[in-house]
Amino acid sequence: MLMNLFKFKGGVKPPTNKTQSVTLPIAQAPLPSRLVVPLHQSIGGMPQPTVQAGDKVLKGQLIGEADGWISAAVHAPTSGTVLEVAMHVQPHPSGLDALCVVIEPDGKDEWIAHAPLDYAAMPPEAVREHLQQSGVVGLGGAVFPTHGKLTASKTVPMEELVINGAECEPFITCDDLLMRERAEEVVRGIGVFRDLLQPKKVLIGIEDNKPEAAAAMRLAVQTLGETFEVVQVPTLYPAGGAKQLIRVLTGKEVPASKRSTDLGVQCFNVATAYTAWRAIAHGEPVVSRLVTLSGNVHAPRNYEVLIGTPMGELLKLAQPHPDTDGIIMGGPMMGFLVPDANVPVVKATNCLIAHSERLFPPKAPEMPCIRCGSCAQACPHELQPFEMYWFSRAKNFGKTQEYNIFDCIECGCCSFVCPSRIPLVQYFRFAKSEIWAREREKNASDQAKARFEFKQLREEREKADKAEKLAKAAAAQAAKKAAEAAAAAAATTETNGLSADAPPAASEPAPASTVDAAKAAKMATIEAAMARAKAQREAVQPKNTENLTPEQQKAAADIEARRIAAHLTEPEPVAPASEKPE
Amino acid sequence: MFAPAPFLLKDVSVSQVMIQVCVALIPGIAAYASLVGPAILVQLVIATLAALLAEAIMLKVRGKPLALFLTDGSAIVTAWLIALTFPPLAPWWLVVTGTVFAVVVAKHLYGGLGQNPFNPAMVAFAVCIVAFPALMSQWPSVGLQLGLIDQMNIILGWAPRVDTLTGATPLDAMKTALKLGEGSFDVTTLLANQDIYGNFAGRGWEWVAAGYLLGGLWLWHRKLITWHVPLAFVASLSLISGALWLYNPGQFASPLFHLLSGGAMLGAFFIATDPVSGCTTPRGKLIFGAGAGLLAYIIRVFGGYPDGVAFAVLLMNLSAPLIDLLTQPPIFGMKDKA
Ligand code: SF4
Ligand code: SF4
Repeated sequence: MLMNLFKFKGGVKPPTNKTQSVTLPIAQAPLPSRLVVPLHQSIGGMPQPTVQAGDKVLKGQLIGEADGWISAAVHAPTSGTVLEVAMHVQPHPSGLDALCVVIEPDGKDEWIAHAPLDYAAMPPEAVREHLQQSGVVGLGGAVFPTHGKLTASKTVPMEELVINGAECEPFITCDDLLMRERAEEVVRGIGVFRDLLQPKKVLIGIEDNKPEAAAAMRLAVQTLGETFEVVQVPTLYPAGGAKQLIRVLTGKEVPASKRSTDLGVQCFNVATAYTAWRAIAHGEPVVSRLVTLSGNVHAPRNYEVLIGTPMGELLKLAQPHPDTDGIIMGGPMMGFLVPDANVPVVKATNCLIAHSERLFPPKAPEMPCIRCGSCAQACPHELQPFEMYWFSRAKNFGKTQEYNIFDCIECGCCSFVCPSRIPLVQYFRFAKSEIWAREREKNASDQAKARFEFKQLREEREKADKAEKLAKAAAAQAAKKAAEAAAAAAATTETNGLSADAPPAASEPAPASTVDAAKAAKMATIEAAMARAKAQREAVQPKNTENLTPEQQKAAADIEARRIAAHLTEPEPVAPASEKPE
Repeated sequence: MFAPAPFLLKDVSVSQVMIQVCVALIPGIAAYASLVGPAILVQLVIATLAALLAEAIMLKVRGKPLALFLTDGSAIVTAWLIALTFPPLAPWWLVVTGTVFAVVVAKHLYGGLGQNPFNPAMVAFAVCIVAFPALMSQWPSVGLQLGLIDQMNIILGWAPRVDTLTGATPLDAMKTALKLGEGSFDVTTLLANQDIYGNFAGRGWEWVAAGYLLGGLWLWHRKLITWHVPLAFVASLSLISGALWLYNPGQFASPLFHLLSGGAMLGAFFIATDPVSGCTTPRGKLIFGAGAGLLAYIIRVFGGYPDGVAFAVLLMNLSAPLIDLLTQPPIFGMKDKA
């Protein structure tokens, strides 16, 4: 089938190093002594543990419940006993801990009851729900919950479903082997996605350095009578980036600010399609994945590995050479050295590379940028890395944003080609995290400010209300007095036998009573002002007076009382205009 | 933990880039040496030594790692460009002065490698031609055949500088002749004098230009430069010279003459393409190259200096940051918006 391919700009051709690990078929990794299963294995909400220490679990049993729509369930990878639910260090560059369920396998690898699903008879929502409950997430490394991508946009018709079998990072071959050995199930999984999204076309992109995989996939497509197109794309890193693959296959460029569905495209990894099919056809949740073991090892190979297997233990299968001094998770372009050899394999773990200085010589010292532009030519997102570098270095983060730093996918092409050996990507990560931190800080202080302002407003209002009440009461009082006085005056007039055409009874004492009322109102406002001042004093009380013992509180109150008695705390003369005394 | 991805790096370095630039200069140098004699090789050595010494001192003063930066090759490229643009029989101290000025002032005082806003070699040329106009325009007379010893003696000042030995470049000669002739000569008759002007642009000078062209094409092939600057330079120089030549061939020389004489080819492929002081965006490079070609012509033909490439490049260096800013290419996925 001839198809018009598009090119993406940039890209690099690092040595692929893939042949080492494709000579042998996929092997099953043995049960490890312990499984450390992190609960947070996908983007989105943090799943809540459903088991506790001492619980017996079966393979496939739910141990972490999806938290919200963008989140996916987590399951026990084998049968055994929960040793603890505790914090353990994660395979993440930050080296931070996260909540994990630690399981001691009982060796029986006993499944919970699971059954195939007749997905054709189910409404799409139920299928998506099932995928979420089965913990199906993007296995290409992004681990976005798959069900969340299986709803077509209501406004944009779904044109193309792109299936990513490009696997462009050097060393990694797990998708290659998956397609070679399990093409039929992959294609069936793609069928599920197709049924849910109803695209006009399904395009399976495979880099042209994997002819066996492409042939196997073609055969499977044919056998199953599907109309999917298997397209061999040029081998060029990062052709396996979702946006790059979409570009190559459809010519559409998805900007960083948009989701691909807005352009009528959706993209899934082949391994994701495979696990989706297992979840539907067998009711199996995602408890294992294929992992390439390669690098500085004697026996590179692909293994089916239980999630939670400690990496150091797993890597032993490939017999690392003695000079191995670290483990890279992922490929050499975007992967990272794991902080500890015992971190567990997670759903995002596609490859472990034994690191040694022989294989990855230490970098030459960093030189100044000579503005050669190689980085810009290599950048698949057509950014100007040297400009972003310049401004990141100068900590001028606003400028880095003007140069679209958030469109950087951290693919590492720029660092790869830089003759000055500048670790550009690191500068961009640094700049991004600084910008995020500042945003967070700003948001936090904005919130605090808003809270404070609101509190002030509320207090002002309360004070005003109080003053108004007091003033009203005083006025009422004054009016009453005035009325009494008037009555008395009237009586006097009467007794004095004044003529009936005398001025109205209230006319004479009235001024007196208004003066009285005014006085009372003045008093009231002064009182109100004092009350306000008191309230203000209370409001600005330092924080360390919050958790006082009753004794301390009493002592403080006594002191305050003495100060008031000693007129040390005069009321502030300031008051809003409306209630200013004349 | 520090995450140093990517772990794989391409096998390139600044010194490799610089060395390849030097290699690309060799065909031009060979043609040059066979034209004016071995003096040029002496000048190259003098300039290189001066540049390395100045570089070492400046690195020391600035507290930078000596071994790392001295081997980056950038000083050598600067030195070679100076040696190739200065008159080959210029006294040694002139070349040294130019080189030291380029390295110390134009490069290190602006922050060293990668920080100089101006092309250091062209700064040296401009400074020297302003300070020593006579020496900077004395070129070996056409057909002058001196041995290495004689040339050395002149360069080192052990032999008197005899005026008959030196003349002007074809560009300069033509300009002077046109000026002095006050219309009694025209370009066509001048160019017919093959003693000076050879077939196209000066006897033998065509070969030097061809050598630079060859080296430049190789640089392009090696992806060390892109086509934008040289093509735009050549195109704009050809267009303006072509237009004026068509308008009055008696007063203006042909594009071929302009392309092959003076520093045009060296400028187009090796000087205007300097990444540090030039433009980096593709459209910016086109503007930079075209601007440099145009200015070079204007200065050459209407200005007071024999060749205009140096000043043209410096003027474009001045505007490079702004051009870059205004020509940012649209990024992936944002093309329709741009
Ligand atoms: S590749 Fe390196 S030296 Fe070249 S422009 Fe980019 S950052 Fe600068
Ligand atoms: S890491 Fe970012 S800036 Fe560098 S090439 Fe990749 S996308 Fe471009």
